[in-house]
Amino acid sequence: MSLPDAPPSLYAARQPVFPRRVKGAFRSLKWGIMAVTLGIYYLTPWIRWDRGPSLPDQAVLIDLSGRRFYFFWIEIWPHEFYFIAGLLIMAGLGLFLFTSALGRVWCGYACPQTVWTDLFILTERWVEGDRNARVRLYEAPWSLRKARLRLTKWVIWLLIGLATGGAWVFYFADAPTLLHDLISGQAALIAYTTMALLTMTTFFFGGIAREQVCIYACPWPRIQAAMMDEDTLTIGYRDWRGEPRGKARIEGHGDCVDCMACVNVCPMGIDIRDGQQMACITCGLCIDACDDVMEKTGKPRGLVDYFALKDEPIERAGGKPLPVWRHVLRPRTLLYTALWSMVGFGLVFALFIRSDIDLTVAPVRNPTFITLADGTIRNVYDIRLRNKRQTDQTFHLGVTSHDPFALQIQGADGDSVIVPADAVLEVRVYLSAGPDQRAALEDRTAVRIWVEDVESDNRAYQDTSFTGTGKDTNGGDHD
Amino acid sequence: MKKPIDREREVTTTGHVWDGIEELNNPLPRWWVWTLYATIIWGIGYAIAYPAWPLLTGATPGLLGFSTRAEVAADIAAVEASNAGMMTALAAVDLTTIDSSPELHGFAVNAGAAIFRANCSQCHGAGAAGGKGYPNLLDNDWLWGGAITDIAYTVTNGVRNEQSPDTRYSQMPAFGEILTPEEIQALVNHVLAISGQEHDAALATTGAALFAENCAVCHGEKAEGNREFGSPTLTDAIWLYGGDAKTLTQTVTLARFGVMPAWSQDYRGASGLNPAEINAVATYVHQLGGGE
Repeated sequence: MSLPDAPPSLYAARQPVFPRRVKGAFRSLKWGIMAVTLGIYYLTPWIRWDRGPSLPDQAVLIDLSGRRFYFFWIEIWPHEFYFIAGLLIMAGLGLFLFTSALGRVWCGYACPQTVWTDLFILTERWVEGDRNARVRLYEAPWSLRKARLRLTKWVIWLLIGLATGGAWVFYFADAPTLLHDLISGQAALIAYTTMALLTMTTFFFGGIAREQVCIYACPWPRIQAAMMDEDTLTIGYRDWRGEPRGKARIEGHGDCVDCMACVNVCPMGIDIRDGQQMACITCGLCIDACDDVMEKTGKPRGLVDYFALKDEPIERAGGKPLPVWRHVLRPRTLLYTALWSMVGFGLVFALFIRSDIDLTVAPVRNPTFITLADGTIRNVYDIRLRNKRQTDQTFHLGVTSHDPFALQIQGADGDSVIVPADAVLEVRVYLSAGPDQRAALEDRTAVRIWVEDVESDNRAYQDTSFTGTGKDTNGGDHD
Repeated sequence: MKKPIDREREVTTTGHVWDGIEELNNPLPRWWVWTLYATIIWGIGYAIAYPAWPLLTGATPGLLGFSTRAEVAADIAAVEASNAGMMTALAAVDLTTIDSSPELHGFAVNAGAAIFRANCSQCHGAGAAGGKGYPNLLDNDWLWGGAITDIAYTVTNGVRNEQSPDTRYSQMPAFGEILTPEEIQALVNHVLAISGQEHDAALATTGAALFAENCAVCHGEKAEGNREFGSPTLTDAIWLYGGDAKTLTQTVTLARFGVMPAWSQDYRGASGLNPAEINAVATYVHQLGGGE
């Protein structure tokens, strides 16, 4: 074992990244996606949707205290949370699909961290200038001008953060009312706290932490490797074309003129010519930068490009790469597509067979049955009746079984009860079997409890059981 | 000295070599280390500000004086303050008309359920189904009356309770000192007969006469029971101690003397229930399915 004189540091300071402005197809695509995603995020709470007088007219609303989720014409109740679970499963499978086909396309184009960082870099460029100006400003000692520029930038960042946090809370309450309350200082404390927290996280993640979040904090880059194979399209450098890099005029050099354009535009601060690496989010900006240089030097585009690892040996040997569809269409992506579609069709199907009326039955198990004075056996059930319509409805309860039962709703006349509009009513229901009935003497009898909306004819049922004394189990006489 | 380099990976090494194996150095980000230091400083501050270090009898109190017990006490006090109006109304309510105010009735049922679980479930069971010697409160058979005011009276004064002069009171004689075992057998067979169970018809006929002579004064001529004395109906399907010949013989020979606390009274340092709580628990029991 040998010890060096001065061991190298085990900790590295962050190298600040100053991405240069770039123009090109991928940059335009990213601007478009940014406009659409941010537009959806900021504007959705302001879309109105008429649901009648008793319900909110906000198209997308998560009403936590009322326990409802409104999405345009769909209203989801807490017991229908499987729709949300289904959407999350679809989101997961969708990520699998896109990652196995197109690599880290989510990271590069649509991830909120990428989109907001892009927006923050854009404002930074507006205030402080392009890459060289920003590097100079970074290295310059503190001056009035530097302070002014930094302050301007931070204030704009904070305003973006405030709008971001503000938009978030609008999803949880009526947006115009909440905006009025927020400005007049009447909104709930939790609204202000949430906004403050999201303002600060947006400012910090988009303005300060940026690529550090992707490299050190996000688990997704580590998982993605498991979904990629040699057919996955990723961004790479055709080193067999580019190397040895250097001045174009000198004989024997490859196409790469070592202009560092690909490095200078990279928001992650990496050199794509080092090969595939974990820090690469495949945003495509290096492709735009390199294509620009290749056009100027009169060389073919695509020195830095999307390609699949499978093509590399073919291209090195001078062959033509496979067409893109041969890479994208393969069992793995087809399987992900099939699974994704199955869940999607399942959810749509579930949405269409939903009923306006619903019940859950919880038999009271302590005690399992009650003996009345005349020997009648009574079972008690706690039943939740859901009326999803916008008017009060009379619900009629019934029971089917091989034995007749008397059904009585506690506190109601007989077997009908009025359930208020858009509400759940909990009722206690008694089923009784006479002393000599089979159900009274057997251990268990299967029963089906029905609920019917008298007006609309909608019906729903749930199966449960009736517990008797068990005196007649196994042909009777056993006790 | 220049840092040693692992050429293939272009990564520096720590300089440590064991048998030719070098330790690579992929440095941690510096802010990460700062975060660690920040959590340590936070931890120290937290341990000073909040209860932290265990001592023999408790823990260091912390500068902020925070206590989970005090928080719970404050939460309970806040709930009690917010319930105060309802409790006042509940204490003064006429129980026979409590149904007409759904809000107060709902409050009473919920409050009564909590009081029942804490005070009554030990004998009557968490589901109020009772047990041997402890009445089932879910059925439609009541010893002392199943109207809501009857229930409230029983809860207030108890059964055969020494603390309350107004307690529900009666005492069944131990017929083992009065009748012969043969007579008791006859009596038991009569009770089996009138409750529709298997019996010896000859003994039952003898028992009928004995019943009229000894039992009818309390249980009624037709054994229909009498709520004035809390004497049970002997013809129905419900038995407090058991309706079989063996249990009935025991009951007649030795008698029964079931008791219940008077919940309006404190007992051995344990506080009883206030009028609002008694009304709440009476409302709860009354709506369990057997109330009259």
